[in-house]
Amino acid sequence: MINFDSNIPIYIQVMDYIKKEIVSGKLKSGDQVDTVREMAIFFGVNPNTIQRALQELEREGLLKSERTSGRFISATSETIQELKLHQGHEKTTRYVIEMKSLGFTKEETVNLVKESKGDNE
Amino acid sequence: MSEKELIKIEQCTKTYGKKVALCNFSCSLKGGRIVGLLGPNGSGKTTLIKILNGLLKDYQGTVLIDGQKPNTHTKSIISYLPDETYLEDWMKARDALSMFHDLYKDFDLEKCLTLMKRMDLHPDMRIKSMSKGMKEKFQLALVMSRKAKIYILDEPIGGVDPAARELILEIILNNYSEDSLVLISTHLISDIEKIFEEVIFIKDGELVISGNAEELRHERGQSIDEIFREVFKC
Repeated sequence: MINFDSNIPIYIQVMDYIKKEIVSGKLKSGDQVDTVREMAIFFGVNPNTIQRALQELEREGLLKSERTSGRFISATSETIQELKLHQGHEKTTRYVIEMKSLGFTKEETVNLVKESKGDNE
Repeated sequence: MSEKELIKIEQCTKTYGKKVALCNFSCSLKGGRIVGLLGPNGSGKTTLIKILNGLLKDYQGTVLIDGQKPNTHTKSIISYLPDETYLEDWMKARDALSMFHDLYKDFDLEKCLTLMKRMDLHPDMRIKSMSKGMKEKFQLALVMSRKAKIYILDEPIGGVDPAARELILEIILNNYSEDSLVLISTHLISDIEKIFEEVIFIKDGELVISGNAEELRHERGQSIDEIFREVFKC
């Protein structure tokens, strides 16, 4: 089960999770996604919440449903690139704001990013 | 998914002597949903559930289940998990299984055995030797193995540890049929709120808030648990 922040509508968090899977390449264009019930159990949430998240993703063009065979990832490489950039922007903004509140200048922050080895540290 | 109205309650009032347990309570619940009935102890949840199950008859107002007042037909379409156990100490799990098999046409024995296996429960176990949590899990397995139109679960996660709670939620999600209604009463909200589509808050026998869980989160920027804490602040 995923830890959700229950202050935010859960369908949005389910959407974000799936978008992340797409951006990171875990879900590729043409891949079939799990059924609503399977996802409801995986996320531990109401099936109608999953239904709503999937419908929104369809509307954004990231998923498409085939009447008989289920739902598939339909994002083009451009959309995925856009999505990636968008998520990168969001995360960076949050990070920069937090660094600012700790008293770092933009340059200092950039230097720290350059020095950081991420996971390998 | 079905949108059929399965439970309709209009201005229902129930008193025990001078104590008002339920006051002008109205609500309408449709199939295909999991609904949370939320309120602290003594707020009227169990009274309401007993009325729905035909166990309390001297109430005022209208209560319709699948279009009918509580009767033998409505009892046969409701799979009910009471807040107290009806498993007797002298029984083995096997006895309860055959009881359900005899009582309910919609009981799926194979399914129940599969669920029991996942819960590490065996038909030869004595009820007497089961812990409170084991009994709760076993009763849930029995209740969820019926193919009912309505499931009413009174405090299904009250006596089990957090790890077992996840299993119980999974079993609920995995086993209700798509057009049936699942009504779950609880005061342990944070553990279970993600599986509710709709919630009903009940306080001193009155309905105080009801609505779609996601919309409530969106409107208030709060979790259902936080809204609950605010509404029921002592």
